[in-house]
Amino acid sequence: MSGVFVSTTINGDSVEFSCAADEPLLDVLRNRLGMTGSKEGCGTGDCGACSVTVNGRLVCSCLVLGAEVGGATIETIEGMADGDVLHPLQKNFISHAALQCGICTPGFLIAAKALLDKNPDPSEEEIRFGLAGNLCRCTGYDKIVRAVQATSKEMRGA
Amino acid sequence: MRYEAPDNMKSAVTMLAKEQGAAFVLAGGTDLLVKMKAGMIEPDLVVDIKKIKGIAEIKKTATGFRIGAAVPGVALSENAALVKAWPGIVEGANLIGSKQIQGRCTMAGNLCNGSPAADGVPALIAAKAKVVVSGPKGKRTVAVEDIPVSPGRTSLKKGEIVEAILLPKRPPKSSDAYLRFIPRTEMDIAVVSAAVNLTLDAKGVVKDARVALGAVAPTIVVVPAAAHALIGSKLDAESLEKLAAACSAACHPIDDKRGTIEFRTKVAGVLARRAAEIAYRRAGGKI
Repeated sequence: MSGVFVSTTINGDSVEFSCAADEPLLDVLRNRLGMTGSKEGCGTGDCGACSVTVNGRLVCSCLVLGAEVGGATIETIEGMADGDVLHPLQKNFISHAALQCGICTPGFLIAAKALLDKNPDPSEEEIRFGLAGNLCRCTGYDKIVRAVQATSKEMRGA
Repeated sequence: MRYEAPDNMKSAVTMLAKEQGAAFVLAGGTDLLVKMKAGMIEPDLVVDIKKIKGIAEIKKTATGFRIGAAVPGVALSENAALVKAWPGIVEGANLIGSKQIQGRCTMAGNLCNGSPAADGVPALIAAKAKVVVSGPKGKRTVAVEDIPVSPGRTSLKKGEIVEAILLPKRPPKSSDAYLRFIPRTEMDIAVVSAAVNLTLDAKGVVKDARVALGAVAPTIVVVPAAAHALIGSKLDAESLEKLAAACSAACHPIDDKRGTIEFRTKVAGVLARRAAEIAYRRAGGKI
C-alpha cells in the first residue's frame, strides 16, 4: 500500500499526515489525528454520523479519501465550541435533551450548523430535509428539530 | 491502490489508459467509495479529476451551459441561471441522497454509474444534453443516453473520462420538470421516474417535447410517442391521456419488493402526466 502525504487545515490549524491511498478521511481523523468526535455509523454515507465540512461543503467523511483533502479547509465537531464556550446549537441540544446515546450527535450538530449558516431561518420542513442525511436510533427526531429551531431563533436574536 | 490527482485532463486520460490493473475515476466518490467499501471493486489506481482546471465549474456559454464533471449537486441549485433555464434537471440532481451526498455527488458520476434509476439523468436526456468525453484518441461529444448501456455498464472505453455535460440553449417559453415515486419523502432511489421537457409557442401550444422515463427498463427510456402526444396540444385531457398511455406502453420494468411491474407501468404514465403539467406551467402555459 503506497502512502500519501497530505497537508491540510482542520479547524483553523495546519495539519500534516500520511495515510494509505484508500483510507477514508474519517479513519484519518479518528485513528491518525486522535479526533474521535466524528463517528462511524454505517461507513457508506447513509447515516451522517461522520459529517464534516470540506471547503464549506457538508460531506460524509467516510466518503472522502484522506488523500483528497490536500490544501482543503476542514471543519469538524472538535472545532465547534470556542474553547469552553459551547456553540448555541450544542447548548440547545443539551437543554432540549436532543440526544441519548450521543453517537449521532456530532453529525447532527455539524449538519445543523451547515444548514443555519446557509439558511438562518429555516422552516420545520427545511430543517427536517436538511437533517435527512443524519440518522438517530434513540430519540427520534422531534427534540433535535426543536433544538435547531430554538438555536435559529436565538442566533437571529428573535 | 495508488491515488493520483493530475492537474490536466491529458495526464488523467494517460494514467487511466496505461494502467494494467483496475482503474477508476474519482470525482464525488459517493458511488466509488461505497463500492470499494463493499468489496465490489478493488482499484489498483484511482484518478481524482478534481484538480483539473475548470472541471468543477458551471459555465454559461454561447450554446447553453457547460457543467464540469466534478460539479457537486449542491452547486447546481446555487446557480440561479441554471435553475431558471433547467429547473427539472436541477430538481432531479437535488433528489440524489442527503445534503451530505449533495456536497459531493456529481451529474457525470450519476450518469457513469449506469443506474436506470439515476435521478440525475432522465431530465438530462429529456433536455437532449450531450457529454464531452476525453480519451486517448482525443475528445468526442455524445448524447447522454448513449453513455449507459445496461445497469452498471457504460459505453466508455478504457481511458475515457466524461469531462463535462452540455445543455443546449433554450428557446423562449421552454421549461422542464422531473418527478419520481419513492415510498418515503427523501433519501431513496426512484421506483419509477419521469422527466418532461417542453417548448411552447406564443399561444401556449406545445411546439416541441421530449419525455424520458427512469427505472422502468434496463436503461432510461426516451418515449417519442409520448412527446408526439403533447406536440400541437395545450395539454388538454385527451393529449395527457395519450401521453400517459404511451409512457406505460414503453415500460419494461422489473418486478421487485419496491414495485411490481403493474405498479411501475401505471405510475410511469401518472408521473409523466404530472411532470408535463408542471413543465407546461413553468414554460408559461396556463392549464
